[in-house]
Amino acid sequence: MKSYVDLTIGFARTGVTGYGGGPSTIPLIEYEAVKKYEWMTEEEFGQTLALANTLPGPIATKMAAYIGYKVNGGIGAAVAILAHILPSLFGMLFMLGLLYKFRTSPIVSGMVQGVTPIIGVMLLEMAYKFADKARKGLGIPIAFGLGGASLVLIHFLHLHPGIMIGACLLGAFIIAVYKKRAEDTSHDLHVEPRKEKSV
Amino acid sequence: MIYWDIFWAFFISNLLGYGGGPSTIPLIQNEVVNRYEWMTLNEFGDLFAIANVLPGPVATKMAGFIGYEVGGPLGVVIALAATILPSAIAVIILFKFVNLFKDSPQVKLMTLSVQPVIAILLGVLAYQFFLTAFEKSGLLQLVILTAAGFLVMKKLKIHPALVILCALVYGGIFLSN
Repeated sequence: MKSYVDLTIGFARTGVTGYGGGPSTIPLIEYEAVKKYEWMTEEEFGQTLALANTLPGPIATKMAAYIGYKVNGGIGAAVAILAHILPSLFGMLFMLGLLYKFRTSPIVSGMVQGVTPIIGVMLLEMAYKFADKARKGLGIPIAFGLGGASLVLIHFLHLHPGIMIGACLLGAFIIAVYKKRAEDTSHDLHVEPRKEKSV
Repeated sequence: MIYWDIFWAFFISNLLGYGGGPSTIPLIQNEVVNRYEWMTLNEFGDLFAIANVLPGPVATKMAGFIGYEVGGPLGVVIALAATILPSAIAVIILFKFVNLFKDSPQVKLMTLSVQPVIAILLGVLAYQFFLTAFEKSGLLQLVILTAAGFLVMKKLKIHPALVILCALVYGGIFLSN
């Protein structure tokens, strides 16, 4: 029983103190899981984080799921996830309920207008971060090529982003498999220094 | 069947969102605004702003709220389950093979290949909000707020939640005509 209480407190605390979305809560979760409650070692936490990063979707709930599962099985996973997301979800329902109720008020409409450019800035900053990651990992020609293709296909030709992303995933998988195979066979043939950047 | 639509919208956005919660935002927007038309782009923007004022993961807060708006309490459960469960179950199952996957060049390149697409989606979304701000509040306010927002968030490293609150107050006072 105590372990359920610990899970609830640990993940509720990280859920309501982590400002800035899932990624900003990771160090807080590490503190609870490794230092405070000693559910896992620092090394295991690092491994879990690395694995969680290779899967799609929000990162914090993936961590909560694994840690909760490790401590108390399936129910532990459910407890950890709910403790992490419910408090701020209720806050969200309350604040937006209030905002929607006074939607017609000129003050609320002014508030919405005030925040619109800030949303733009935040999205632009996120866009920059993803573009930067792409440029570093893929190189400028490929990153810009894929970006340009996305812009034309998704924005102007209204292709569903899922199809574009699916195509990228499939293409990357095939290229990575092919590259690895070429690498394995070329090892025996010649030892030319490769110009390829390591990712 | 509205519940099926809710499930599908959030399942697809989170399945394709390589790069954590932020990468799912434009994908959720595509399903919720463009495809199912449950809300306008501006309502989606308000949601994004409020979600950033409150602590905790952003994507799950948005899923929970949209689920509630569209399908009531059951809608919340379905939207959250579709957001969280697939990857949560995958991380538990795959942990047994962690060393096979972590450094796999396939997975690394696959994750990387999605980043330019997400960047474009976010960039286009940003442009649409700037355009809305221009149409509603005029060029002067757009420039002032954008420059101020950029300056305090990037240069002075003031937390976005605080900047959003200040922008709400500023708008409530100066833009409520």
